[in-house]
Amino acid sequence: MPVDIKNFLTHFFVTGYPLIYGADASIILATVAILFVLTYFKKWKWLWTEWLTTVDHKKIGIMYLIAALLMMFRGGVDAILMRTQLMLPNMHFLGPQHYNEIFTTHGTLMILFVAMPFIFALFNIVVPLQIGARDVAFPYLNAISFWLFFFAALLLNLSFVIGGSPDAGWSSYPPLAGAEFDKGPGENYYLLSLQITGIGSMATGINFLVTILKMRAPGLTLMRLPLFTWSVVGACILIIVSFPALTAALALLLIDRVAGAHFFTMLAGGMPMMYVNLFWIWGHPEVYIVVLPAFGVFSEVVATFSKKRIFGYTSMVASIMVITVISYFVWVHHFFTMGAGPGVNSFFALATMAIAIPTGVKVFNWLFTMYRGRIRITAPMLWTLGFIPNFAIGGATGVLLAVAPADYQYHNSYFLIAHFHQVLIGGTIYGMLAGMYYWWPKMFGHRLSEGLAKHAFWWFNLGFYICFMPQYALGLMGMTRRIYTYPKGLGWGPYNFIATVGAYMMAIGFVLIVANVVYSAFYGERDTTGDIWDARTLEWSLPSPAPHYNFAVIPHVDRRDAWWVMKQERKEGKTTLDLQQEPIRPIHMPNNSGRPFILGVCFFTVGFGFAFSWYALVVLGFLAVAVLLLVRSFEYEDSHYIPVEEIKETEAAYGRL
Amino acid sequence: MSSPDEHMRSTHREHGLGVPIAGFILSIVLTIIALWLDQQGALPRDWLITVVLGLAVIQIAIQLFFFMHVTESDERAWHIWLLALGFLLVITIVAYSMWIMTFGAEAY
Repeated sequence: MPVDIKNFLTHFFVTGYPLIYGADASIILATVAILFVLTYFKKWKWLWTEWLTTVDHKKIGIMYLIAALLMMFRGGVDAILMRTQLMLPNMHFLGPQHYNEIFTTHGTLMILFVAMPFIFALFNIVVPLQIGARDVAFPYLNAISFWLFFFAALLLNLSFVIGGSPDAGWSSYPPLAGAEFDKGPGENYYLLSLQITGIGSMATGINFLVTILKMRAPGLTLMRLPLFTWSVVGACILIIVSFPALTAALALLLIDRVAGAHFFTMLAGGMPMMYVNLFWIWGHPEVYIVVLPAFGVFSEVVATFSKKRIFGYTSMVASIMVITVISYFVWVHHFFTMGAGPGVNSFFALATMAIAIPTGVKVFNWLFTMYRGRIRITAPMLWTLGFIPNFAIGGATGVLLAVAPADYQYHNSYFLIAHFHQVLIGGTIYGMLAGMYYWWPKMFGHRLSEGLAKHAFWWFNLGFYICFMPQYALGLMGMTRRIYTYPKGLGWGPYNFIATVGAYMMAIGFVLIVANVVYSAFYGERDTTGDIWDARTLEWSLPSPAPHYNFAVIPHVDRRDAWWVMKQERKEGKTTLDLQQEPIRPIHMPNNSGRPFILGVCFFTVGFGFAFSWYALVVLGFLAVAVLLLVRSFEYEDSHYIPVEEIKETEAAYGRL
Repeated sequence: MSSPDEHMRSTHREHGLGVPIAGFILSIVLTIIALWLDQQGALPRDWLITVVLGLAVIQIAIQLFFFMHVTESDERAWHIWLLALGFLLVITIVAYSMWIMTFGAEAY
C-alpha cells in the first residue's frame, strides 16, 4: 500500500484502542444484522412508506423515543466506562485522552441526544392529542426536525470511529477547543452536529408553540389547557429565545477553527470568555427546556393516579411562566469564578435563588394533589414519587451553589457533578420515564409490565443515591471533575468505589426498562378501552393506539380535565358519545414525503465535509439542500382528504360506531 | 370541522408580491448603506457603531412589518405578547453581556 494512502487511512479511522476495535466490530455486526432482518422479512418498503417518509406526529414521536433510548444506552455505556476507571486509585482501564473523549461525548449525548429527543418524543405523542388537533401546525417541518436530529446524532457518534471524537468537554470552551490545542476533526464534529440538531430543535420549538396557540379544539381556552401542554409552551418559548445564542457561539467557534479567525482567541483581540457567556445564555435555559416538560408529566400523572384534579392549577401555570422568564436571567451562575465582579455575581446569585420559589410552589402543589387522594402506585406514579425527594435535595444543593462566594469552593468539583446529575436525572429522566410508562398504552396499545417496572425503578432509584450521594462528599473533599485518575492516600477511594457500584445498579435498572419494553410487546396487558388509567385529559378519549387522523370528530371542550368531565356526564346520562352527535366529514391530512429524510442526509454530508474541511462535499450538500427547498416550494399537492367511508370503517373496527 | 389548512388560511389575508419586494429592496438599501459607511471610514468608531446598530434596528422593524405581517391578525394578537417577551430577552442578552464583559470595571 502506498505510504500516503496508508497515512490517510490511519488518520481517517481511529486506531490503537482495543475498545475502538470493539466498537468497529459491533457497528459492523449491528448494521449487517439490521440489513439482514429488513431484507429477510421483506420490510424495506414498509420501513420507507410507514416510517422514513411519515409526517404523522405519533410515529415521529415513537422514532424520537427509540432514538432517545438508544442514545441513553450509548451515553450510559460512557458513564459506566468512566465510573469503572475511577473505581480505584491509579486505574489503567482508560488512558487520559480516551477518558477526555468519553466524558465529552457522555455530556453532549445525554443533554442534546437523550434529553432533547425524549422531551420531543412526548411533545409529539401527547400535545396534538391533548389539545384535540389532527396533527401539529407544520407536519412536514416536524419530519425535517426529526431527521436533522437523527443525522446529527449519527454524525456525532461516527466521530468515535472515524476521525476521532471531540475531547474538550461537553461545553467545549476555547481556547482548549480552538484550533491550536485541539487539532483534528473531533471538535468540528461536535460543532457541526450540535448546529444541525439545533436547527431541528428550533423548528420543533416554533412548531409546537404555533400548534398550541392556533390549533386547540373549540372551547379549549388557555386556562383549560392540560398542564403538560402548558409546560410545552414554556419549553418552546425557551427553545426559541435561547437556541440562537448557541447557534452564534458554535458558528463563531467553527469559523475560528476552520477559517483561522480569532473571535475566541486572545490573539488579535479575541475574547474566550465571550464564548462562555454565549454558551450559557443557551445552556441555562436549556436545563429548563428539558425539565419543564418533566414537571408537566408529573402534573398529569399525579392528578390521574390520585383521582383528583391538580391542586392550584392557576399557580401551576403561573409558576411555569415565571420559571420560563427567570430561567433566562441566571446564566452567569455557571461561571461565577470568571470574575465578572461583585455586582454581576450578586445579581445572578439572587436571580438563581429566586427560581427556587416557583419550583417550590410546584412541589407543594403535587404534594397537596396527593393529599387525601385515592393514590394508585403504578409505574408512572412510582417515578413521580421517586422524583420528589430527589428534586428537593438537588434543588437545595442548587441553592447552595447559587451563593456566589461559596461557589468558589464548589466550582468544578464533584459537588457540582452530584448536583446537576441529581436534577437532570432525578428531574428530567425520571419525568421522561414516568411519561413513557404513562403514555405507552396510547402509543402501542398495551401497557408495560408493572412487576418489571417496579424492579427497574428500585434498581435505578437506589443506584442513583448510592452513585451520587458519595459524590457530594468527594466534592467537598476536593475531587474536581474531568480528572481521569487520582492517587492513593486522599481518602477518595472508598467513596469512588461506592459510587461506581451505584452506577452499575443504575445500569441494571436501565436493562430492566429495556427488557420490559421487549417483554410487554408480547405479554403486556392490551388496552382495549383507550383509557387504561381512568385518566382526565383528551388523549384518553381516543382508542389506543390513536387512528392516524386522531379525532374522527373534534371534541368541544367547556371545562378543565375535559375527558374526566365528559365521563362524569356520561355516567349521569347527560350526554352520549360524540360520534353520534355530529356527522363525520372528510378529514384533511398532510401527505407523506421522503424529502425530510433526504434533507437529513444532505445536512449530514455538509457536516461530514466541514469536519474534515472537504469543501467540495460541503458545497455539494448545500446545493442539494437548496434544490430540495426549491422543489418543496413548487409542490402544490401536499395534502389529501380521508373519505368518510374510510373513517367509518376505522372507527367501527375500534368499536366506536 | 375545518381542516388545519383552511384554519390557517382564514387568518391570513392574501396580498401580492408588492409588499415583500418593497421590504426586500429596503433591506438591501440599508445593508449597502451600512457597508458603505464602514468602507468609507469617515465616521469616528463610536459613531460608526451607533449608526450601524441603528440601521440594524430599522432592519428588524422591516422584517416584522413587511415579511411577518405583525399588524395583520384577525384573531387575538398572541404574537404581540410573544414579541414583547422576545424584545425583553434580547435586550437582556445584549445589556447583561456588556455588563458581564466589563469584568468588574464599574465603580463600587
